[in-house]
Amino acid sequence: MIPETPSRAGLNPASEAELGALIAERFAARQPLRLAGGGTRVETGHLPGDTLSTAAISGVVTYEPGEMTLIARAGTPLDQIEAMLAAEGQALAFEPADMRGVLGCNGTPTIGGVVAANASGPRRLLAGACRDHLLGLRFVDGQGRVLKNGGRVMKNVTGLDLGKLFCGAHGTLGVLTEVALKTLPHLPDRCTLGLHGVTVEEAVAIFSAALATPFEVSGAAFRDGTAWLRVEGLGPQMDYRRDRLLALLAPRETELLDAEATLALWRGLRDLAHFAGLDAPLWRVLVKPTDAPATVRALQALGGEASLDWGGGLVWYCGPGSAQAVRQVAPHATLVRRGGLTGPAFPPEAPAVARLSAGLRQRFDPAGILNPGLMDQ
Amino acid sequence: MSGIAMPQPDAGIIARAPQIVAALREVLPADAVIWDPEETRAYECDALTAYRCPPLAVVLPRTTEEVAAAMRICHEMRVPVVPRGAGTSLAGGALPTADSVIIATLRLREVLEIDTANRFIRVQTGVTNLSVSAELEPQGFFYAPDPSSQLACTIAGNIAMNSGGAHCLKYGVTTNNLMGATVVLPTGEVVELGGPEMGPTGLDLMGLLCGSEGQLGIVTEATLRILPRPEGARPVLIGFDGAEVAGECVARIIRSGVLPVAIEYMDDVCLRAVEAFAHAGYPDCAAVLIVEVEGSPAEIDHQIARIREIAGALNPVEFRESRNADEAMAIWKGRKSAFGAMGRLGDYICLDGTVPVGQLPYTLKMIGELSRQHGLEVANVFHAGDGNMHPLILFNANKPGDLERAEAFGNDILRLCVDVGGCLTGEHGVGIEKRDLMGKQYDDPDLEIQMAVKDVFDPRWLLNPAKVFPLDASRPWREEAATR
Repeated sequence: MIPETPSRAGLNPASEAELGALIAERFAARQPLRLAGGGTRVETGHLPGDTLSTAAISGVVTYEPGEMTLIARAGTPLDQIEAMLAAEGQALAFEPADMRGVLGCNGTPTIGGVVAANASGPRRLLAGACRDHLLGLRFVDGQGRVLKNGGRVMKNVTGLDLGKLFCGAHGTLGVLTEVALKTLPHLPDRCTLGLHGVTVEEAVAIFSAALATPFEVSGAAFRDGTAWLRVEGLGPQMDYRRDRLLALLAPRETELLDAEATLALWRGLRDLAHFAGLDAPLWRVLVKPTDAPATVRALQALGGEASLDWGGGLVWYCGPGSAQAVRQVAPHATLVRRGGLTGPAFPPEAPAVARLSAGLRQRFDPAGILNPGLMDQ
Repeated sequence: MSGIAMPQPDAGIIARAPQIVAALREVLPADAVIWDPEETRAYECDALTAYRCPPLAVVLPRTTEEVAAAMRICHEMRVPVVPRGAGTSLAGGALPTADSVIIATLRLREVLEIDTANRFIRVQTGVTNLSVSAELEPQGFFYAPDPSSQLACTIAGNIAMNSGGAHCLKYGVTTNNLMGATVVLPTGEVVELGGPEMGPTGLDLMGLLCGSEGQLGIVTEATLRILPRPEGARPVLIGFDGAEVAGECVARIIRSGVLPVAIEYMDDVCLRAVEAFAHAGYPDCAAVLIVEVEGSPAEIDHQIARIREIAGALNPVEFRESRNADEAMAIWKGRKSAFGAMGRLGDYICLDGTVPVGQLPYTLKMIGELSRQHGLEVANVFHAGDGNMHPLILFNANKPGDLERAEAFGNDILRLCVDVGGCLTGEHGVGIEKRDLMGKQYDDPDLEIQMAVKDVFDPRWLLNPAKVFPLDASRPWREEAATR
């Protein structure tokens, strides 16, 4: 087990300027910081330094439903944003998960944390990841400089797209202070088709067939012998898509879930309710969907349980097995819940890629004070 | 020539041309290195034809290894490299300098793998955009980004510029459809980024590379996301007697929950030119929207009924629904011929600013005022759903000073776009065209961090010189790089 680090300060700057001054000080003193929005996305307990939260840099700057754009400060609670969008019939189409259950923490998920983690749920399959919806950002780099990139419009190819780098960088390049995101209409009608008693091979074959249709399947997940397909739409669109998919799957027996049951089911799948409250390590594994069955079998042989999302492209594995053993069967494996395991959470990069990543970190954070050791190895 | 400065070519490099060409010929097939001035002249410009300069030499490799070998030579001999796809850049993104070697991906034309079960295609990046979809058609799939130049432009250029098109309102642009890339770095080193898996697990270097305008590396192979073809698509044409109400219609459609695949806008100047040229039968009014929806016939009917209801409340001059393929084609005919039609009125420069959709009416009004101030006519045709405007400024290329006036007018429009919350370029790129306006959108430190990123990939600053970053701002970086 990792020893509990002795008491550390909790830093909560109230503004971007205050944050900039604070980081400039830490840069000068070469003192590391552990970054957190609400502290609900990634485990940083083993990292050195005081904890810095952006929770106080909060509030929606603008929301224009007719333009499908939202600008919010990084510390804005995610549920506040989701409620505001829902009132206009819109949503964050990439469906960010709530990881509190699986990580066993009780902070407040923030929009900055969502972007820093590139958090993308089941609808990523159809709608793309968080990074595909990020239009612009403001951040403080590792020297305390306040910088911006992108903007608030749907299409923007002005200069280098640093937003892509920040999505999934977990704060190691800079601390987000403001993000501009694209919103999309929240399709009002939805249902779920469930196919019970299928093997993982059958599930992936069903997903590949369903995802080759033009019926815009917006969720394709598997666990405990059941393959689930979600269909959404506007008015008669959803009925039509459901009926065509049922015809495609016939003569298999298919359970049909209504809108309410669909919401509950996919929330559970998204938040990994089935792996919540456990102590075992939890791994997030990216594979080519048709490689999922072999990967699942090899992981299960280590003694744990696996479920699939993204039509088989995402394998969640919860169970024993050393990092070395897991990565041997699943090279693109990230350790989401440590469960007692030590060592790097992120998979090793090819040497040339690692050199580029290190070079970028060095330019954004020359003193190496932002979540040091989290992604760099 | 007009107002956009290019740095002085390095006479030392030009003097070493025979040695450079000999070194390239040593590692590449005989027909892959072009040095004859008659032949290199074909590469003297891209689609921004006002600026021309033949390169020192042109390299046409057929494989990643050949691209890497050419890059290695140029790096060792400190020769600038201008990456080039099909040369359709409208921003001068592939404009050579006299001391640079062009490395073009034109001959990298293999389709390497089609995998419909995992929904991707892997290609060499010299394939054209349209041919990717053509390859996929028998399997019922397509590749979504559809730049207007898709018949000619290559995937390499699409990735370099992060190209979009009329249908990206629903399907996104290149970056949203790119899964993996084989990249040759300026040193000649080859790296693999991404792949058929959904999403990277470290820093998203591929996302950074997409749209970097050849500043970081040359992409030789790409894994592209493919999508099942929709069952059908149908456009409607809506005419309005004012720009404001047309803009309001766009916003109301988007708010309604109907997400069209395309919303295109043409103003009256454009409409008159199109009518005279293509006889598309468009109404005589201030603004026309073409809205396309897709799905099954019943789904299309339902969405069009919603759009009819929304538009009806705004008193359109005309609401024309296509009932069959011929009528659909007639609606698209004028829009698709708009750029050709405008060419008949005279020379024009095509701009590419983006504004928040809510600012469209104000921006159009201000463009009209600027048109009067500069004494040059302008037409507007653009992707209204995402606010990506394409004002076409008419001028006479044979009249001394007219191009400079048109460019000054264009710069004023782009500044206006930034002032209303938009950006300098939505899909054409910065290139040389908007390079010196970058300071309007970004403060110095914002540009510094972008140049620091380039520095990591291209420490000698040899790739695509004098593009994207203002010459003044990049000078210290280039001078420092020369010492490495």
